[in-house]
Amino acid sequence: MTARIRIRGGRIVDPANRFDAVADLYIDGGRIVAVGRRPRGFATEEVLDARGLIVCPGLVDLSARLREPGYTHKATIASELKAAVAGGVTTLCCPPDTLPIIDTTAVVELIHQRAATTGLARVVCLGALTRDLKGEMLAGMNGLKSVGCVGVSNALAPVVNSEVMRRALEYAHTCGLTVFIHAEDPWLAGSGHVHEGAVSTRLGLPGIPETAETVALSRDLLLVEQSGARAHFCRLSCARSARLVAEAAGRGLPVTADVAIHQLFLTDADLGRFDSFCHVRPPLRGRADRDGLRRALRKGVISAICSDHQPHDPDAKRTPFDATEPGISALETWLPLTLRLVDEGLLDLNAALATVTANPAAILGVDAGTLGVGASADVCIFDPDETWRLDEKSMVSAGRNTPFLDQTFRGRVRFTLHAGRVVYSA
Amino acid sequence: MTARDIQINEHGRLQHFLTIEGLQRDLLVEILDRAEGFTGVAGRAVKKVPLLRGRTIVNLFFEPSTRTRTTFDLAATRLSADVLNLNIEASSTKKGETLLDTLRTLEAMHCDMFVVRHSLSGAAHFIAANVAPHISVINGGDGRHAHPTQAMLDAFTIRRHKREFRQLAVAIVGDVLHSRVARSEIHALRVLGVPDIRVVGPRTLIPAGVEAMGVRVYHDMTAGMRDVDVVVMLRLQYERMRGALLPSASEYFRLYGLTEERLRFAKPDVIVMHPGPINRGVEIDSAVADGGRSVILQQVSHGIAVRMAIMAMLAGSHAGGGE
Repeated sequence: MTARIRIRGGRIVDPANRFDAVADLYIDGGRIVAVGRRPRGFATEEVLDARGLIVCPGLVDLSARLREPGYTHKATIASELKAAVAGGVTTLCCPPDTLPIIDTTAVVELIHQRAATTGLARVVCLGALTRDLKGEMLAGMNGLKSVGCVGVSNALAPVVNSEVMRRALEYAHTCGLTVFIHAEDPWLAGSGHVHEGAVSTRLGLPGIPETAETVALSRDLLLVEQSGARAHFCRLSCARSARLVAEAAGRGLPVTADVAIHQLFLTDADLGRFDSFCHVRPPLRGRADRDGLRRALRKGVISAICSDHQPHDPDAKRTPFDATEPGISALETWLPLTLRLVDEGLLDLNAALATVTANPAAILGVDAGTLGVGASADVCIFDPDETWRLDEKSMVSAGRNTPFLDQTFRGRVRFTLHAGRVVYSA
Repeated sequence: MTARDIQINEHGRLQHFLTIEGLQRDLLVEILDRAEGFTGVAGRAVKKVPLLRGRTIVNLFFEPSTRTRTTFDLAATRLSADVLNLNIEASSTKKGETLLDTLRTLEAMHCDMFVVRHSLSGAAHFIAANVAPHISVINGGDGRHAHPTQAMLDAFTIRRHKREFRQLAVAIVGDVLHSRVARSEIHALRVLGVPDIRVVGPRTLIPAGVEAMGVRVYHDMTAGMRDVDVVVMLRLQYERMRGALLPSASEYFRLYGLTEERLRFAKPDVIVMHPGPINRGVEIDSAVADGGRSVILQQVSHGIAVRMAIMAMLAGSHAGGGE
């Protein structure tokens, strides 16, 4: 049931429309019908008091693993969408490495239908770039697009054969699909799970050098140039990678890039003595890389931040470091950590919110991340001053794997609306 | 960054022995001093002291080892402990049992101390963080990370021959990249005050950023040998020649093998050590291994005394400090 809702008196921050002012927002039929003045004949059925709060578009996540189908012992679409809306997230993009892999239309339809059943948030999919993500034969990209895939990707699996990568980019270009690339050379990455440097040497863990990312990225940038395809580079971990993307974009290539939120706060020094919660892929690197990624974000070379949400069952992290699975359960800390970038003076509030709303929506090409009149009423209303502690027991996600446990955060979601319905309130 | 060092209990005593990193000089010296006291035990007719009578020590080896396990076994037996040897690599983990399941099972058997060897770095820390509080864990080697008892027995051997750590130059030669011995050795020598620690080897076998551990890197063997008091040779695994790290064993020996000629660049009273087992003609020439400056066999017998000292100190930590 969608109601006529008036969101009253909040500071509306809508980077897509360069709007930032205290105003009312009116919702009807699941869509935004007015900002500021009440439309004629609008009979308010429900008022959300947003005085003292910030009203922004629901967050748009470029990468969230929901673990369904295939890994429901870790999490389900239903469990993770609950976590998403608790974190103000209303659009999530699911990478194709589910089980079965998203290389058939049936899997796409299954995910869409499961998400729709919850009614909490919208899930869009990246289809496979190659069949079974093996990097050998092309996946049926056009068919995947016809059922709503917003792009194609080989997820974390490498396309080792450069000829296959070239043809995949060309074919995706033909289909009008953006290719989402995790740049990693599998030989240089080797058996590593952490950044190669003083920390990996001290801990005796095989390291992943920076070149594992930059060599693969360089190849793919040249192939992007040759093929004319639009490419998005996911979750950069090195400052050097951001410079390579900036240089390519400067030459006019249709390339964009994002960073995972944890890369802006953590470094390999946080591994301490084998903290498996800091096992992520690509790995946490040194301080120079973290600072370089922050600078690239401020310059807009990196235009989006994703949660890189990867919920795990407890056993996945309870074993010696190299045998643990990578990833952080991140949906509930994504917005407050983004706000921390504002507190630390890296970005102003509008720019920070753009990196998690309008910019990722533009990369995905979806109608989201905006509070413009006529847009789907996906809204996040948060208290920018409320502080809270991340407590394992009160986490909503099925995955409790986060190195941010017991930290204090500023900024808490009070209401989340999806398609004009209040799907979360606190 | 990290919480309290889990190796030290609330009384400031050793609770686990996992890595040298983070331990204070006094504690290392205490281990060496206590080991001196145990060296006499092997010479007696009855090679036993009753310090650990009634305690059960489990050798929990997830990676094959004969030498290290045997010395731990002897150390425990000479302290009058009961010893259980478990070779896990061949048994339960292949049946899908997790490391935590294995630990819970052993805890239920009321053991007091685990000696752990595992192929993954951090395994000993993981086990120490997850065992019941009355159990002590000794790291018998984890991945490339640490082999702290080996480092202590090397330090013990050096002290017997050299006395003052603060004036020594020590060269560690060979496959530092894959070596847990080298990492623990570097930490131990630093804590004990050795001012000149060198690692010597080809670029492919020296790990990135190793200088941050307080060593100088040499790629030239002759320069690395110059005026050193101690040479620690590392074992070179034959499998290193299968990848792109080294072309051949003969070329390695030509560049980094320890020969009498190379040893001439060191101090005249240099001692040569090796954690064993040695590859004759690969990293060390037989004439050196069997020669007058080699202390390789002394290392083995010192290993028992040093492990006795560590076990006794850990057992004492449960008596509320001292025993």
